[in-house]
Amino acid sequence: MRQAKSLALMAPALAWLFALMVVPCALILALAFFRRGIYGGVEYTFTLENLALVFDPLYAGIFLHSARIAGLAALIAVILGYSAAYAIASMPRRYQPALLFIAVLPFWSNYLIRTYAWIVLLNREGLITQGLRVLGYEGEAPSLLYTEGAVITGLVYNYLPFVILATYAPLARLNPEIAEASRDLGASGWTTFRRVTLPLTLPGVVAGGVFVFVLSIGNFVTPALLGGGQFQMIGNVVYAQFLTANDWPFGAALSMVLIALMTGLLMLQTLASDRATGGATGGPQDG
Amino acid sequence: MTTPAPLLSLRGLSKSFGRVAAVRDLTLDVAGNEFFALLGASGSGKTTLLRMLAGFETPDTGQILLDGQDIARVAPNRRPVNLMFQSYALFPHMSVRANIAYGLEMERRPRAEIADRVAGMLSVIELDGLADRRPDQLSGGQRQRVALARALIKRPRLLLLDEPLGALDKKLRAAMQLELKRLQHEVGITFIVVTHDQDEALVMADRIAIMKDGRLLQCGTPHEVYEHPVDRFAADFIGVMNFIDAGGGRTLAIRPERIRLFPDTADTTTDGRVIARAYHGLDLQLHVQTALSPRPLLVRLTSDAADRRPVAEGDAVTLGWNHADTRTFTEENAR
Repeated sequence: MRQAKSLALMAPALAWLFALMVVPCALILALAFFRRGIYGGVEYTFTLENLALVFDPLYAGIFLHSARIAGLAALIAVILGYSAAYAIASMPRRYQPALLFIAVLPFWSNYLIRTYAWIVLLNREGLITQGLRVLGYEGEAPSLLYTEGAVITGLVYNYLPFVILATYAPLARLNPEIAEASRDLGASGWTTFRRVTLPLTLPGVVAGGVFVFVLSIGNFVTPALLGGGQFQMIGNVVYAQFLTANDWPFGAALSMVLIALMTGLLMLQTLASDRATGGATGGPQDG
Repeated sequence: MTTPAPLLSLRGLSKSFGRVAAVRDLTLDVAGNEFFALLGASGSGKTTLLRMLAGFETPDTGQILLDGQDIARVAPNRRPVNLMFQSYALFPHMSVRANIAYGLEMERRPRAEIADRVAGMLSVIELDGLADRRPDQLSGGQRQRVALARALIKRPRLLLLDEPLGALDKKLRAAMQLELKRLQHEVGITFIVVTHDQDEALVMADRIAIMKDGRLLQCGTPHEVYEHPVDRFAADFIGVMNFIDAGGGRTLAIRPERIRLFPDTADTTTDGRVIARAYHGLDLQLHVQTALSPRPLLVRLTSDAADRRPVAEGDAVTLGWNHADTRTFTEENAR
């Protein structure tokens, strides 16, 4: 009875997921095994050429490059986000909701608008250059836009709130007496962080990092706008295959590999956080 | 003074949080090797005092002299004082062994010494077989022993215990009271226990300090604070006390076990009626309504005495006591 009830409750969500997630993914998956038509479109003869081409050095290189940018973005976002979450969690309880609210406030505006704002900032004669001029800088304007740094900055900025939220929760749940006990037993503040606070909140840190990585590696808006076509990330290649090169099967093959990579990472992260100590947070009484 | 210099000496200690004064001008000495209890209701300032001793709060004014050195502004990791937390605060991601070894690792002791001392401590707390368990795989009593071992292994000059038995059930608590006292004698470390449980303080402590509103109300041996409470509050807080209005702003106080039933000789006698009786095994408690006070008087008889002269609810009885067994409080010290 109870199972039937919970199944009934889950049905709409499952139907939604199936129709809009499983079916399209399956279609893409299928598409990857067909030949490209001569004038675009799809020719329905089976082939593994598309998948093989993904591992061609050119495309494998773009994959690696994307992974490097996504990895750097994840690393920087984790450092900044964890610091912010740590600071928020150490404030008096009554201020914390407001501070968290401020941290996620940029989410309320559109992703594209937020990214365009960075163009205004990083432009050759943008706000940053103008700021330098006010401070007396007279040399050539630095070229900040259309660089790898600009793309990473954009990714970090956009996904930072994920890390703040993912790491704030375990930090706020941590019994403050546990860190005090470490100090009491002779550990410095830094040793306490390294041996007690960080290990106990690591699942949140990993979750935040994986989130940023997965969202960044497939991103195509930020590299297009802030990278200015100077270099490509894998998302841009997929975009081009579908919309300009008209090679849907190859675009599908690239997407498939990307989805497999992301799924694998998310599964690893779930496994890792499940294996981390059961009662990692909270007071010892609730163990 | 012929007594040796105290191990711990608090001089005019005060601490406020915003406009709330948690501890006010507190002066107190604790001798070496003493089992000392800080007793008070919640909000009496006892926990703030303990946190100042551990180094987690800095006093606004005053000194904390440990072996003659003022440690009031020394960081918690740099003072030879350890605290056993009320929540135990065991490290959930470490085994029992790693929890106990942590403090010695912070002292950068050689590996072999750490292993030796941890093994020794594990056998003292009788948890040898559970050394590789995580805290969440232990019972409440086992966790309590790990928390104690983790603090004791540092061989501190002073061990602070915040409601050490608060999280245990009643039977285990009674056993652990004696166990803690035995352990304190064995290791020869000064213990300061914070508790709100007056029975616990009476049973364990060599001396008790009663705190109220951030001040030290009374300090003395369990016998002194029980038999000679300084005021009505202290009398009421420690044990059970009958209060009788003696007129002229004076209140007479007498312990239930000092009231006798049908006394042969007594300085004062009064008649009353038993309105309730409760048998507790060791003793019998009677509520006797008299003309002396609106509330019934509580009388505690040993089972022996109760058997000699059985009484039932509704019986008319005569109570009596001697003046030497009563205390008189005037208005000034009634609060």
